[in-house]
Amino acid sequence: MRDRVRGTILERIGGTPLLPLRRIGSGLRGELWAKLESANPGGSVKDRPGLWMVIAAEEERRITKDSIVLDATSGNTGVALALVCAVRGHRLLLAMPDRVSLERKRIARAFGAELVLTDPLEGTDGAIREARRLASDARYVYVDQYSNPANPLAHELTTGPEIWAQTDGRVTHVVAGVGTSGTVVGISKALRPNGVRIVAVQPDDALHGIEGWKHMPTALRPAIWDERVADVHMTQSTDEAIAITRRLAKEEGIFTGPSGGAAMAAALRVAREEAGRIVVLIADGGERYLSTPLWE
Amino acid sequence: MAVTVRLPGALRDATGGKTKLEASGGTLADVIADIDRRHPGFRGRVLDEGGKLRTYVNVYIGEDDARANGGLAAPVPEGSEVMVIPAMAGGT
Repeated sequence: MRDRVRGTILERIGGTPLLPLRRIGSGLRGELWAKLESANPGGSVKDRPGLWMVIAAEEERRITKDSIVLDATSGNTGVALALVCAVRGHRLLLAMPDRVSLERKRIARAFGAELVLTDPLEGTDGAIREARRLASDARYVYVDQYSNPANPLAHELTTGPEIWAQTDGRVTHVVAGVGTSGTVVGISKALRPNGVRIVAVQPDDALHGIEGWKHMPTALRPAIWDERVADVHMTQSTDEAIAITRRLAKEEGIFTGPSGGAAMAAALRVAREEAGRIVVLIADGGERYLSTPLWE
Repeated sequence: MAVTVRLPGALRDATGGKTKLEASGGTLADVIADIDRRHPGFRGRVLDEGGKLRTYVNVYIGEDDARANGGLAAPVPEGSEVMVIPAMAGGT
């Protein structure tokens, strides 16, 4: 993949830092390590599937000079696709729920993306329905992060092997949230054969504030999701996620969004019960939420 | 004063399956209290233990974000539409 994008900013996608946490999990049985995906050029873990999905569409010759790349997103994937499409010279249309945070809309537009805003009461599922409707027009190349095998493949071939190498094969658990499920499915394929336990975390309620995560019992189910890829399924409250998000900044110097705090909150529960080297995927940075009540 | 309140599907279980209902009240707090009288438990879904809007719940009165307009004290004019939206949208 790097050969395809050499000499551009896209070459910097992946290879994110893995850091031990010294304070927040002090005294627990397990040791906690944070995989900081905000270090990607687009600021989130979604740069990985964004790059892989666009390159896959190019290789399948689905994108022509008249094509418009299309996807439904509430934010980070939109920014990632906008970055990749800017560099690759593709037009991009994003179906996005109206009233998503201002940062996401402005960043995506800064990279040249066009937006179609959908009913905010329908959330991302409403955006998905709009993207499916638009996709009947042959001009659009609907990359569909919820069904695209290149999404988990990006994590199987990059995120998982990076974690293995960065821990010298001593990782015992990986904790990550479930949104499209690409992260969990891909990392599981890479690391579970090595005996790593995969912990998948979902919001505990349909009404939640964990950006990027899906409450599967009440949401449109991503085609790539398969519960069997995880050894443990956990749920996480938004209130605790926010509290841990704030603690990560104050105690570890890690400025993240609600999903980072949610994954860490779940990992703390794992570390109380089990020994080992527990890697937590921190999906993005806190700057993307400055206009939300999180940091008020 | 009568207003229309629109809710996300995620709150349907708190209002007997309804995502659009009529309510009354001069402020956002009054409107939430009115709905809670008819659908006990609604208040606890949108307000935290301290009685403030949950951080992950956004409320718009017409086009205006209630947080920027007094929060629970925000005025709700007759005939306006109140929209309750999760601060995130699910998936990414």
